[in-house]
Amino acid sequence: MPRDRTTTAIRVDGVTFRYEEMTMRFDLKIAEGDFVMVLGPSGAGKSTLLSLIAGFDRPLDGTITLMGQEMTGVAPADRPVTTLFQEGNLFPHLTVAQNVGLGIHPGLKLNKNQHAQVSQALDQMGLAGLETRLPRALSGGERQRVALARSLVRNRPILLLDEPFAALDPGRRREMTDLVSDLAPERGLTVMMVSHQLEEVRDRSMRALFIHDGQVVADGAINDLVSSPTSSELRSYLGH
Amino acid sequence: MANSDVALATARSKSGAIGGLLPGGLVIGLLAGLVAVSVVGLLLAASERTGRSIWTDPYLWAVLRFTILQASLSALISVALAIPVARALARRPDFFGRSLLVRILGVPMVLPTIVGVLGMVILLGRNGWLNQGLEGLGFSGQINVYGLSGILIAHVFFNMPFATRLLLSGWTTIPSEHWRLASQFGFNSGQIFRLIEWPMIREVAPGIAGVIFLLCFTSFAIVLTLGGGPPNATLEVAIYQALRFDFDLQRLLALALLQVVICAGVMAMLTFWARPVATDMALHAIHDRPDRVRVLARAVDGFWLALGALIVLAPLAALGSRFVTGPIFKVLSEEAVWAAAVRSLAVGLTAGCISVVLGWGLLSTARWLAVRRGKLWAARALETTASLSLVTPPLMLGAGLFLVLRTFTDPFALGLIIVVVVNAMMGLPFAVRILNPPMAQVARRYDRLVQGLGMNPIDRFRLVDWPLLRRPLALALGLTVALSFGDFGVIALFGTGQTETLPMVLYQRIGTYRIGEAAVVGGLLIGLCITVFAIIDRGVGGRATR
Repeated sequence: MPRDRTTTAIRVDGVTFRYEEMTMRFDLKIAEGDFVMVLGPSGAGKSTLLSLIAGFDRPLDGTITLMGQEMTGVAPADRPVTTLFQEGNLFPHLTVAQNVGLGIHPGLKLNKNQHAQVSQALDQMGLAGLETRLPRALSGGERQRVALARSLVRNRPILLLDEPFAALDPGRRREMTDLVSDLAPERGLTVMMVSHQLEEVRDRSMRALFIHDGQVVADGAINDLVSSPTSSELRSYLGH
Repeated sequence: MANSDVALATARSKSGAIGGLLPGGLVIGLLAGLVAVSVVGLLLAASERTGRSIWTDPYLWAVLRFTILQASLSALISVALAIPVARALARRPDFFGRSLLVRILGVPMVLPTIVGVLGMVILLGRNGWLNQGLEGLGFSGQINVYGLSGILIAHVFFNMPFATRLLLSGWTTIPSEHWRLASQFGFNSGQIFRLIEWPMIREVAPGIAGVIFLLCFTSFAIVLTLGGGPPNATLEVAIYQALRFDFDLQRLLALALLQVVICAGVMAMLTFWARPVATDMALHAIHDRPDRVRVLARAVDGFWLALGALIVLAPLAALGSRFVTGPIFKVLSEEAVWAAAVRSLAVGLTAGCISVVLGWGLLSTARWLAVRRGKLWAARALETTASLSLVTPPLMLGAGLFLVLRTFTDPFALGLIIVVVVNAMMGLPFAVRILNPPMAQVARRYDRLVQGLGMNPIDRFRLVDWPLLRRPLALALGLTVALSFGDFGVIALFGTGQTETLPMVLYQRIGTYRIGEAAVVGGLLIGLCITVFAIIDRGVGGRATR
């Protein structure tokens, strides 16, 4: 298959998946460099969509194309994707530097150069000097920044954020969202971010997908979705 | 990513499915192969002699009747005694020595059976404490520990404490609101029992009784030593006699078949009907209840607690005192005893390691099925196969392997290897039960991270599983090694001179009434058992996971 020269980073075509009683079906396209919020009530299938793209779940049908390559049968580690989960991003028994180093070599065999790369990524996340700490000695926000540092050294073009900041207090959450939205254009990342809180988004012209009952039912700029919600599900979600 | 990379990655993901299924598949194959080989060995050997209907043999049915009778009575008495003892423990959450008593109740669960039997003999045997005491009081009649009563006493010693601890955790499942209601309405002790405690007991007790029935149904060492004659045998003992004394393979097969069918039936009943027995053994304090303070209640609880402690402590004390006064230096300078100890250590360590490796393999595939493929029923089925070895009579396995090996070589020379194989299989359910919850937790929390980072199985074990799971691994290894080290089962088939293990030596000293020497061997057995367990716990388990 020749490399797709369009600028589509994520393409989901007729992907179906069953979870317990719910059948989900997703179709969507996200351009390279886009930052897209994924909204919807809990249990709607937001996390499942991200899991399908990341390769943790396998579609019953349909195809997922990432950076121009079809992904059927490709293991999660071999996809151009890094996922940040809500929790459990770090191994509790490994140091901060080791946790980040896993992103360069999953067996932790690093050379001098790569150790420097780890320190640099930590530095960039404002975590300089914490290399030898264990995760339990860090705050919740710091832990998620370590995970972000690892996604930097992994250097994958797509970043999937599955509510990684949901457990933080509102101020921290906003800080982290800002950090990611600054980082994304700098690194040319394509980002999908699941969120419950619309308030934490600074740029209201950002694109958002609204998912309900295993389907994308609304798609557009946040401003438009909020001012003129097209579906009744979205209206009730927003509390209109 | 280039096309060839994707092709490579696809191939790797396909091999991921094989890698996920492989360990569990191998273990199941190994277990099935082992059972198949020994059953085929038995069938072939049994077909050599034909023309006799084994099922009309009255001996067979007499043994079955006795097995069921003693197992039912043992289960019934154990649970009946455990109810008031557990109730007293539940009603008195804070007396001095309570936690010590609860620990003491845990001792019979890990005590090698043959050592417990020795304690019984010292306490109740012909020249035991009880009979000497009675004689001192002027009674002339002797109490005979051999026979049904001896078997029942020994089974109660081993299983009453077990039932007590399980029932006690049943008490903690009673919602605290019920105790508040009881206080509010001023229930008396009888009302509390009828309205609050009995409904819980009725749900939990049948499952506990069922497990004890199974344990006593397959009892070997106790019945062999204390049975006191041919009619008093369990199926397991009769299998042993059929091979060792009569070489009657058809009878052996019939006995084994009966045992498998009945055990499987009881297991199925337990799985489908009984509420799962709480296994966490959490021993939280019970909320305040209105019937604690009465003098009568205190006296009643005191009586049952003392009785519970006596049942466990009396045989242990008898053992201890006989050890101290026994011919310690004579026995410990016997070369044969140390040779047997070394053999036991080798058998225990090898069997324990195999149990843990097999359990790990089985559970890795179970976790892979549950977490990666969402097939929870398949994972459950795999976990359950581990306990199938509780249904397969170890002596049948040993006999089958013996008969197969007989055609190739001298089976007595390979006796210890057969013992290792059978003990490893018997240890598997314990390894699985200990490893399953923590392995499931690690898989749930970190499997996606491991997948996303693309760790290979070796890195995964080195960096994730080993540091996070070495404590439960150490516990599983320590327990299976200790169980196998102290086991007196299949070794009875092969234990001659060059292949004697320490429990075998102990059995022979009891059999020849050299009780003092037996007590010293028993002390050595316990001492080594504790030492090995502690070394494994420190060495493998480490201090903390950094």
